[in-house]
Amino acid sequence: MKRTQILGLFAVASILIANVSCKSEGSKADEKKEGVEAVDSTGVASDMSETEVRSGYKVGDIATDFSLKNIDEKNVSLKDMEDAKGYIVIFTCNHCPYAQAYEERIVALDKKYKDQGYPVVAINPNNPEKAKDDSFEKMQERASEKGFTFPYLLDEGQKIYPQYGATKTPHVYILEKTGEGNVVRYIGAIDDNYEDASAVTKKYVEDAVDALLAGKEVPVKETKAIGCSIKA
Amino acid sequence: MSKFTGYKNTFHILMKTSKLFKTLLFTLSLTLFFTGCKDAKTEEDPNKPKPVQVYQKDGVTVNAYDFAGLEYFLNRDDNTTYVVNFWATWCVPCVEEMPYFEKLGEEYKDDNVKVLLVSLDMPKMVESKLLPFIKDNDIKSEVVLLRDPDANSWISKISPSWSGAIPATVIYKKDKKSFYEQSFDYEQLVSALDSIK
Repeated sequence: MKRTQILGLFAVASILIANVSCKSEGSKADEKKEGVEAVDSTGVASDMSETEVRSGYKVGDIATDFSLKNIDEKNVSLKDMEDAKGYIVIFTCNHCPYAQAYEERIVALDKKYKDQGYPVVAINPNNPEKAKDDSFEKMQERASEKGFTFPYLLDEGQKIYPQYGATKTPHVYILEKTGEGNVVRYIGAIDDNYEDASAVTKKYVEDAVDALLAGKEVPVKETKAIGCSIKA
Repeated sequence: MSKFTGYKNTFHILMKTSKLFKTLLFTLSLTLFFTGCKDAKTEEDPNKPKPVQVYQKDGVTVNAYDFAGLEYFLNRDDNTTYVVNFWATWCVPCVEEMPYFEKLGEEYKDDNVKVLLVSLDMPKMVESKLLPFIKDNDIKSEVVLLRDPDANSWISKISPSWSGAIPATVIYKKDKKSFYEQSFDYEQLVSALDSIK
C-alpha cells in the first residue's frame, strides 16, 4: 500500500515537473522574442533621435576649393572649371576593392554629366606612405589602365578630405556652384549595389545631379556605403 | 478534512482500483519526464536565422546572411557579451587588428564573451580569399559573411554614427551597446569590453 502511494506520488510529481519545466522553457523563448523585438524598435528610435556626431560638411554647407596635383602633374582647382554648374567630387583610391568596383561607374558618370556641367573630380585621400598602392605613380598607372576621363588628384598632406569629412573610399560629395560658393547638395554612395552594377535599383548620384540640372530638390540627400577607411 | 488529504484519499482510491492504471501512469510519467521537454531543449534557439548561402572549402565553413539574418547576431539577449567586428580580408587595418580579437576571444572564453567576425568580403572573393584566410590564419572566432549590397539600408541600423568605413566594431550585452569606427590595439579592446561587460 505504502509503495503504491510513493509510486503514485512520484508519478504525479514527475508529470508536474515535466510540465513546469516545459512551460518555463516556453515562456523563456517568448521573453527572448519580445526582447529582440524591443531592441529592434529602440534601434529604430535611436536612429531618428540620435544626432550624428561627425565633423565635416553637411548638406547645405559651402565646400572649400582646393589646388591639388593631378596625374598629369598640373594642379587642379574647382574654380578652374569655369563652365561647370557643379561638381561630382569623389574621394576614391586604387587599392580599395569597393573603389575598384565603382571605377567603371565613375567613368560613366563623368561621360554622362561632364558635358551637362557636372564633371567628376576624383581625389585620392590616402597617404601613400600608409597605402603603397595609392602612390602618385600608381595613381597615374591606374588612371591610364582604367581610362579615367576626369582629374584624379592626390590629397597631398591629407588636408582636404578631413574638411569635407570623408571617412572612406569611395565617398561622394555633389556640389552646386552658386553665388555664395559651392554648396554641398549630396553626400554618400554612388548607388545601392557595390556588388553588381546591373542589379542597382537606386542611382543616388545620377538622381541627385538630374534633380539639380532640372532645378529641383535632390530627392535623397545623404546615404551611407561600406568603404575602405582612409589611410592617413 | 483538509483539501490536501482529500486529494490524497482520492488518489489512494484510484491507486487501489487498478494495477493496470498504476503501470500506465508510471510509464506515462516516466516518458513525459524524459521526453516532455525534448523540443525545447534540443533546438538551441528557434530564432536563429537560416543563412542565405553556406560556403565551404578545405574544412572551413562560413554562413552568409543578409542583414535581416545578421540582426539576430546583433540582438542576442543572453548573459553573453558579444564583440562583433566588421572586417574584410582586403582591409589592411582590419587584418592588423584581428589577432587582438582572436586573443580577446581566447582570454575571455570562460567569461561569457564571444567574438563574432562579420566579413564584408565580396561574394566573388569568398572562396579565393576569405576561406583560405580563415584556414591559413587558423581563425578561432566565429566568422559569418554579411551579404547585403544595399548597405545604405542597414549601416545606420548597426549604428547611426557609422559612416560605413571598416574596421568597425560593436560590443554589446543585452541592451547595453557601444559602437566604434576605429582600429583597436589589445588594451583598447579590453577596456572597451570592460565598459560593457
